[in-house]
Amino acid sequence: MQLCRRCVSLLLSRPLLSAALQPSTHTLHQRSHHILLQPPVHSLTQRHSRETWTPCGRRNLSDHQAASPDVYNNKTDLAEREAEKHIVPFENLNVHQISNQESLSDMGLDAVVRPSPLQEISEEEAVQIQVPSALPPDSFTLKPYVDQSETLSKLVQLGVNLWELEQRPNVGSMLVRLDFHADVAPKLLFLKDLGVEESKLGTILTKNPFILTESLDNLEARVSYLKTKKFSQESVAVMVSKAPYLLNFSVERLDNRLGFFQKQLGLSAEKTRNVVTRLPKLLCRSLEPIKENLKVCELEFGFRGNEIQHIVTTVPKVLIANKRKLTQIFDFVHNTMDVPHSLIAKFPQVLNAKFLRIKERHLFLEYLGRAQYQPSQPNYISLDRLVFLPDDVFCSDVALATLEDFERFQKTL
Amino acid sequence: MTTKAARLFRRMDGLFAVYKPQGVHWKLIRDTIESNLLKELNSCPPPAPQLAVKFQLLSSGENNGSKDLILSPSMLPSLANHPLVKGPQFHKVHVGVGHRLDAFSSGVLVLGVGKGNYVLEHLCKSHVTRDYTLEGEFGRATDDFSHTTRVIEKTTYDHVTQDKLERVLAMIQGANQKALITYSQMDLRTQEAYELAVKGLLYPHGKSPPILTGLRCIHFNPPHFTLEVQCVNETQKYLRKLIHEVGLELRSSAVCSGVRRTRDGPFKAENALTRQHWTADCIIQAIAHFRKTTRKIRKSGMYRQTDGQLNSSAKIQEQIRSEIGQSDQEHVELTSPTFDRIVDRVAPGTG
Repeated sequence: MQLCRRCVSLLLSRPLLSAALQPSTHTLHQRSHHILLQPPVHSLTQRHSRETWTPCGRRNLSDHQAASPDVYNNKTDLAEREAEKHIVPFENLNVHQISNQESLSDMGLDAVVRPSPLQEISEEEAVQIQVPSALPPDSFTLKPYVDQSETLSKLVQLGVNLWELEQRPNVGSMLVRLDFHADVAPKLLFLKDLGVEESKLGTILTKNPFILTESLDNLEARVSYLKTKKFSQESVAVMVSKAPYLLNFSVERLDNRLGFFQKQLGLSAEKTRNVVTRLPKLLCRSLEPIKENLKVCELEFGFRGNEIQHIVTTVPKVLIANKRKLTQIFDFVHNTMDVPHSLIAKFPQVLNAKFLRIKERHLFLEYLGRAQYQPSQPNYISLDRLVFLPDDVFCSDVALATLEDFERFQKTL
Repeated sequence: MTTKAARLFRRMDGLFAVYKPQGVHWKLIRDTIESNLLKELNSCPPPAPQLAVKFQLLSSGENNGSKDLILSPSMLPSLANHPLVKGPQFHKVHVGVGHRLDAFSSGVLVLGVGKGNYVLEHLCKSHVTRDYTLEGEFGRATDDFSHTTRVIEKTTYDHVTQDKLERVLAMIQGANQKALITYSQMDLRTQEAYELAVKGLLYPHGKSPPILTGLRCIHFNPPHFTLEVQCVNETQKYLRKLIHEVGLELRSSAVCSGVRRTRDGPFKAENALTRQHWTADCIIQAIAHFRKTTRKIRKSGMYRQTDGQLNSSAKIQEQIRSEIGQSDQEHVELTSPTFDRIVDRVAPGTG
């Protein structure tokens, strides 16, 4: 009974302020766990039950308990900042708990007497009962943690697609363990200083959550390296928004890739910078497919060096396009439509278009007798107009027919 | 209180036809249509966020005057049901494919969405006829019977005239007519069989090999020629083989340069959706357009299951013939003259 009274007093001694913060009690128990030998009685059973929970399920967040002090420390810090009167009760608590320890060790656990659940207590005491939050130690989704965790709620408010991220292995656990003020906030501020728009932050983090685990020094080193290569601030921001994994690559790797492009394509530094700014994915992917594509352009298609340079500077996507599809389009345009190399090099957008679109439009023009791709002759149709215009404009301006005619023709192919 | 997404999803139930372009696998089309439908469904506004009771530190009202923070409950939106945490509302829309077309062919492809998939099964089992346009080219023979694969032999074709081609086609059709009667699984010595044959309703039930119910040449311009075929239970490879056999019969060789399906049962090419129209609203319009046809197929399928086989088969054929309409008349025209021709030709052949 003595102990019982002490438990109750423990509760009473704490003012209502601290009692209000449910998660903080969790921390308090945890803190006491760290600092002291034995926790107070009423949390003992909970701790035991937590230890006996066997982790099951795919995503094992068993580190969650160890990590949660960090998560919830924030909450208590906030609380401390909010209510200035907090500092005193915490100290009081420690004192009480220390005194508790001695009594507990004297009496032994068998002598523990807990208040009966049917015992009536006053309203104030009822309000002060702390219920520890029932967070599961592991779960398949991030749903149970979103409301409790500051990191996760702030990420959702930013627009990060947590559902997509939790499908990836281990990313969910990583996000739960992050601390907002220590890990996430500095990186977000860094990205904002770089010039990345706030609306894009959500998509960047959805594609590359590992930007939050990369150290700030590394990120700054890479940005400074890019600036030494004379990339302007805006172009670096644009590159990071288009290719979120860019800043996760080491300086050596970026250097290697930039050097490769400059050497292989034979472009000036300015043009290389332009190409890389428009398609920063080039710096992220492996170089083998790009080398193969260049070989295909040179040997199979028969383009000359300067033609390849022009194609790459106009449509950089040709470097990472699918080899088979590229070959199919080129074969059709060069052999069936009888368009010479020089004309294809002049309009490289045609290599980026969908094959079916080119095929149907060309066959329609052929059927109408308007398939004229030589600039020297009258009624010339340029390749970019063939490919780039939407269907209705193409039908009315280029083919001089109606959209229904085009659809009827499509059904005869 | 239904959401906009739920109402939209309920309208996605039924059959519709799509025009498959050449060179595309049918699975790609099915996946494209499913992802377009899902995109439209998930773009509907999500339901309002659920509120959860949370205890917060709020300053007590002006009554006390002091700045005491007390524990008070309030309903706040919970982020646990936010779409970014929960995921998209719809993960899957059941889209099924009817009689498949291989990558080389093009034409009408029937797809079923949601509850229409059950009707697709009835359609496949009911042995409907399908219309094809086959384009052939004399002079070559390949291993796959199509014009893009490896050439095995080359022959001359100067001796081939339209008359000879017509004769060969008639001979093929005669053989097929015979097969039609054989596989109809009816005792040919009964009055009933005679009456059905007179009406042209003798039809294969159950399993049968591919049978051509109609065959004619619509265009002859050596080396190119075009055939129009109506068949039952076929595959596109069989039709390419048919072109090859026509070439062999003419003492030459032929390859198939195009297989195009213009009709699959009651679904014709005029109402099939082209690539630009593979969006959710066009698909729902097409489903609404084919609603009556779908209902007829479902009813004929139910008859087949409940009644006996003979009675039901006659009913099905009548129904399907009435649905087909114009093509039905062509079909009748095709059979009668060639039937006469066969009678003439069998005599000199055997004699």
